[in-house]
Amino acid sequence: MLKETHQISFAEAINETTEQLMSYDESIICYGLGVNDPGRIFNTTKNLVETFGDQRVFDMPTAENGMLGIGIGAAIAGLKPIIIFQRVDFFLLAMDQLVNNAAKWRFMFGGQSNVPITIRLIIGRGWGQGPTHSQSLQAWFAHIPGLKVVMPSTTEELKQLLTASVLDPNPVIILEHRWLYQQKGNVPIQIDNRWLLSEQSNISTGDELTVVSSSYLTTEAKIALKFLQEHHGISIEHITLSVLAPLNTSRIIESVEKTGRLLLLESAHETCSISSSISHQVVASSFDKLKLAPVVMAKPDWPEPTTYSGTKYYYISAYDIAQKICEMLAITLDIEALQKQGHHDVPGDWFTGPF
Amino acid sequence: MMNTKTPLTDKVKVSILSTMLKIRMVEEAIAEQYKNQKMRCPTHLSIGQEAPPSILSALLTHDDQVVSTHRAHAHYLAKGGNLNAFIAELHGKASGCSGGMGGSMHLIDKAVGFMGSTAIVGGTIPIGVGLALAKQIKQERGLVVIYIGDGAIEEGVFYEAANFSVVRNLPVLFVCENNRYSVYSSLDCRQPQDRKIYELAASIGLQSWHGDGNDISNTFQLCSDAVEHIKLNNGPAFIELDTYRWREHCGPNYDDHLEYRPAEEIAYWKSKDPIKLLTKQLLDSQVIDVSVLNTIKNNINKDVLIAFEKAELAPFPASNTPENLTYA
Ligand SMILES: Cc1ncc(C[n+]2csc(CCOP(=O)(O)OP(=O)(O)O)c2C)c(N)n1
Ligand SMILES: [Mg+2]
Repeated sequence: MLKETHQISFAEAINETTEQLMSYDESIICYGLGVNDPGRIFNTTKNLVETFGDQRVFDMPTAENGMLGIGIGAAIAGLKPIIIFQRVDFFLLAMDQLVNNAAKWRFMFGGQSNVPITIRLIIGRGWGQGPTHSQSLQAWFAHIPGLKVVMPSTTEELKQLLTASVLDPNPVIILEHRWLYQQKGNVPIQIDNRWLLSEQSNISTGDELTVVSSSYLTTEAKIALKFLQEHHGISIEHITLSVLAPLNTSRIIESVEKTGRLLLLESAHETCSISSSISHQVVASSFDKLKLAPVVMAKPDWPEPTTYSGTKYYYISAYDIAQKICEMLAITLDIEALQKQGHHDVPGDWFTGPF
Repeated sequence: MMNTKTPLTDKVKVSILSTMLKIRMVEEAIAEQYKNQKMRCPTHLSIGQEAPPSILSALLTHDDQVVSTHRAHAHYLAKGGNLNAFIAELHGKASGCSGGMGGSMHLIDKAVGFMGSTAIVGGTIPIGVGLALAKQIKQERGLVVIYIGDGAIEEGVFYEAANFSVVRNLPVLFVCENNRYSVYSSLDCRQPQDRKIYELAASIGLQSWHGDGNDISNTFQLCSDAVEHIKLNNGPAFIELDTYRWREHCGPNYDDHLEYRPAEEIAYWKSKDPIKLLTKQLLDSQVIDVSVLNTIKNNINKDVLIAFEKAELAPFPASNTPENLTYA
């Protein structure tokens, strides 16, 4: 059955999904620092307090660890909290409650209670976010059994992923990239309570090489792959990975067995990353089908410098991706048109900092 | 407690005024230049909150150290932090006080005891207590000032670190600049309305004071009492000072139109502009005249212009700098 869709932005999709979920399920509450302030978490919590009241939608003290633990307690008691933190980096204060309580409560008490919380974290980038406002720490979370880790790539898939996360009986961390917020896409008008956390989806099919991406890197990858396809006729299979934990690589393995070449786009540092885990699984299962060792493109092994000059080559761009693909296919192509024009530290002219 | 060390003489008042003017004029220059998009980092201005650090710094010496928060410009400048290195840091240049790696939220000038400001709320509270622990163990002189906002009081790390500072009788002065807001969120939804921050601090065992941070002579008195208390080895202390940020939480603009703060509240605090009030007092009592005032301002202006000029001309960090900095 085809679902009716409409064109809205990533941020609007979060807002609309949350509103529909809260109407559908009265046990859902939503809180975080700034949830009811004039910024409304970049408009993702717009109108919620007006519609559902301040018992269910509320601001909180600057107290990440305590407030996450309180959400875990409420979840054990039957509520479904959505807790929002404006940066992954701020959420680090809550790691104890996350790892020792949320992830293990069901397990360590023999399965007597679940912790259905959804933790929305925003990854910052651009305008000198710097060492403590820009970290992509999905691998830390994915390392902990008991947690689910979700990283949407597109506006189209956001609604399904957020709905399935909130209705999931486990703690789910959903990492949203700040640079996706403005992107428009076709989104189903209504939520569906049967939606599942779908692990991987194909953006394009091809047979020369497999590219895997998550989150904002999907945007850069799409630009590169479209260019290579249109201008040079190169056919590449592009898979987005939306659920990083539990990690299911079956779709990727199937693709690599066809193409023999794997390029993993990693938004974090390479060491102990999701990409290195995927690479390991692919090599372990399909070693003889590989024409080339899997390649990981990642952030360099240092924190993000604040200075403008220090982020110029810090992040992977569409140009870098195309260049790497040429290298992997041992071909030389003119890809200069992919060089980004204008400032490298903003997603578009609409973004002028400071936050 | 009687304070005999540093009376609030006319000379001290003029020096406090100069510091406040410097902070105000530097911050206004940053706000003005910010739209040229050369300072590309999140920036939290101290305009309106100049008084507390300007007053306290008049009582501090080279032996005393400071740590601070995301809103650190005033703390840095008041402690004597280098202006050129500060403006260069905002421009992300190699000559910046953190080599361009940190930006506005990560300032340092160890030469004057400004030991670092960071962007995670509450993050430097235990660092300051640790600096004080080292002073005690190494038997060094001086105390450590830990600047925090009202929001940081809500972080668990405040209680943990404050408790330890009391247990070990460490030379620490917590200075809480209460501007009533954490970003846009008012104190009302974050802390019980009838519980005072300084009373809470006192219940942890910190000797505590509270006052209007824009009231120069009263704040000077509180600060000198607190500094003396610590220097006499009577234990860590806490001062809560009410003050007010005039502009948006982060960025160069006013945001009164968002109406998250009552117009009367904004007007009330602007009417208590510490710079205007102290200037008037010093002019009325003929401690300074207009020409002295103008000389002070002109000198600051010159320094600010030079700092911006130098920052813009300075090179960006070398491309291998981040890698080299990652490990010692
Ligand atoms: C742990 C953490 N949580 C949230 C933030 C986002 N944040 C940055 S500044 C700020 C406000 C803190 O308020 P306060 O301590 O009163 O300082 P003020 O900005 O008023 O000077 C917040 C919440 C952060 N930087 N770190
Ligand atoms: Mg505050």
